Amino acid sequence: MNRFRIAGLIVLTAVIAACSKKPPPAPPPAPEPPRVNQDSIDRANKARADSIAAAEAARRRAEEAARAAEEARRLEAARAAARNTLMAKVYFDYDKDEIRPDQQATLDAKVPILNANADMRIRIEGNTDDRGSDEYNLALGQRRAASVQRYLVARGVAAGRMDIVSYGEQRPVAQGENEEAWQQNRRAEFVIVSGGNPLKVP
Amino acid sequence: MNATHQTSPSIASRRAPWPVPPVSRASRGRAVRLVAVLAALAALAAPAAAQDTLPPGVRIGLAYDRNGKPAVALTPVTGPNADSVLAILARDLDFSDRLTVIRQDSGDAPTGALNYDLYAKLNAVAVVQASVTPSGALHVAVHEVAGKRVALVMDMPLPAPALSRDWRHVVHVASDSVEWSVLGRSGIASTRIAYAAQYGGPVTVVDSDGEGAWALPGSTECLSPAWDPTGTRLACNALPNGNVPSRIVVRDLVTGRTWTTRVPGNNQTAVFSPDGRYLVFSAGTEAQDLYAVPVFSDSTPRRLTSRRGSVNVSPDFSPDGRKIVFTSSILGHPEVYIMDADGSSADLLTSSGFGDDLYRSDPAFSPDGRRVAFQSRIKGTFQVMAISVTDKSTVQLTSEGANESPSWAPDGRHIVFVSTRTGRRELWVMDTESSRARQLTHGGRAQNPAWSPRLSVPRQP
Repeated sequence: MNRFRIAGLIVLTAVIAACSKKPPPAPPPAPEPPRVNQDSIDRANKARADSIAAAEAARRRAEEAARAAEEARRLEAARAAARNTLMAKVYFDYDKDEIRPDQQATLDAKVPILNANADMRIRIEGNTDDRGSDEYNLALGQRRAASVQRYLVARGVAAGRMDIVSYGEQRPVAQGENEEAWQQNRRAEFVIVSGGNPLKVP
Repeated sequence: MNATHQTSPSIASRRAPWPVPPVSRASRGRAVRLVAVLAALAALAAPAAAQDTLPPGVRIGLAYDRNGKPAVALTPVTGPNADSVLAILARDLDFSDRLTVIRQDSGDAPTGALNYDLYAKLNAVAVVQASVTPSGALHVAVHEVAGKRVALVMDMPLPAPALSRDWRHVVHVASDSVEWSVLGRSGIASTRIAYAAQYGGPVTVVDSDGEGAWALPGSTECLSPAWDPTGTRLACNALPNGNVPSRIVVRDLVTGRTWTTRVPGNNQTAVFSPDGRYLVFSAGTEAQDLYAVPVFSDSTPRRLTSRRGSVNVSPDFSPDGRKIVFTSSILGHPEVYIMDADGSSADLLTSSGFGDDLYRSDPAFSPDGRRVAFQSRIKGTFQVMAISVTDKSTVQLTSEGANESPSWAPDGRHIVFVSTRTGRRELWVMDTESSRARQLTHGGRAQNPAWSPRLSVPRQP
């Protein structure tokens, strides 16, 4: 019990001691609030928001344009590739008009492009190297063009969309009396006569 | 010298039962001679095939010997452009390969009577005296040395301007007449050769001596030219150009009128029938067949061959019009065939003896109808050969470089063909008797030569 009395005494003493201190000074008056124009704030805020929005829109537009440009580039590249595929020459063996097995893929790749461009009309031009009779070769060029036409007809392309002509040995692409030049000249070429503008990519 | 003197009847009084070159009697008056010359020139326009069926004639006492080359002396020529006249006459007679030319380039033209004994010592069988008269006519006298007499005289008006193509042509006609008077056979100086250009360009026509080249109007990228039997029309096949299809074009050189014909597909290698009325050509979209159509008509071409899937090109008529030779791939590679003109009875002509090289093409009937020249691949290179229609015996005519696309001269002994012997594609003329060859063109890229019949002198305005 005594221990409690002593502790109470100490606390009491401390409380008395605390109450004996001076009171703190009064706080200084609050500063005058600044005089503001709320309209101008709103304007500034709006301008800021607008600017951000404009930048955002511009960014979006630029992105859109870039995407469109990229898309156009891709389409153009696809068209160019399709055009190249369509124009790709096929080559023949000496004095032959049969489609070589190694040339079939070149022709097969043309079919979907021709199918995607139903309004397109093409010309198949048969050519030969300059060995042998140029009169016989003119007929051989025709047979080569006809052979290509036949191949494409068998894969669903309407014969009426393909004109066939021969230039025989009159329009070589390579000069020279060697097999490399001869092989380059024994060929069928492809020309778009009408339609396919713009070229539709399958 | 194999001259045999003919005593009777005298040549000057003999009447030729066939079309004769411009000759007239020395004894007649000038006006009469000119009339005769013009009439004879008109006769020259007739089909030339008859020329080599002439009887072995002797105008000044010679029997024609294919291998002999009797000498003819040319005296200096007088008058305007005398040098050109002499040069053309001398060259034409030399190019005939039937005569040896003795030129007297120095000294004056002989006046008065010729010293026949002197020319006899030179072994000349004839002396040709030419002059250009003040009125602009070419005067030519042919003297028979053995008979010591004038065998014939020609007076031919020379068209203005001097040295023009027409002017030169009159001199060529005179050369042929000299040859006819000496040998009884007309020369081929008054002919021309039409040919196409490789890789484009027009059909070119050049005189038999290689001079006077001109381009056929409207013939760009037109191939395989062919003459009609009068030499006044040329056919060729125009390559397709853009939307303009392949077609055969015939141009009348006198009127300038043109006519085209086509069947669907590739049209090529036209040739006139010997009567000039029909055109036979090759056409088709895949297979190439031969067709016949009347020239300058609206008729639908009639198909002569029906050889499924094969190439049938390069037709040529026999001189009598009964047969057609052509190239066909019916065996899987090109060979030369012969058939009746209506398309029946086709038969392989180049049937044997060619080894493993499976390629013969571009046949051309000789003017006597006995042989067909063609090109054959021999050890990888093409050479011109000739095959007998009757016994099929063959002879190789060329060996230097690659040689292709032969065409016969109306004399039946010269051929023109494409040769690469200079490294470029040029036309060469060869005498099939002696194998002597001369270069005709020098521009390169020549192809498809076609030798004309003998051509008449163009009408003057």
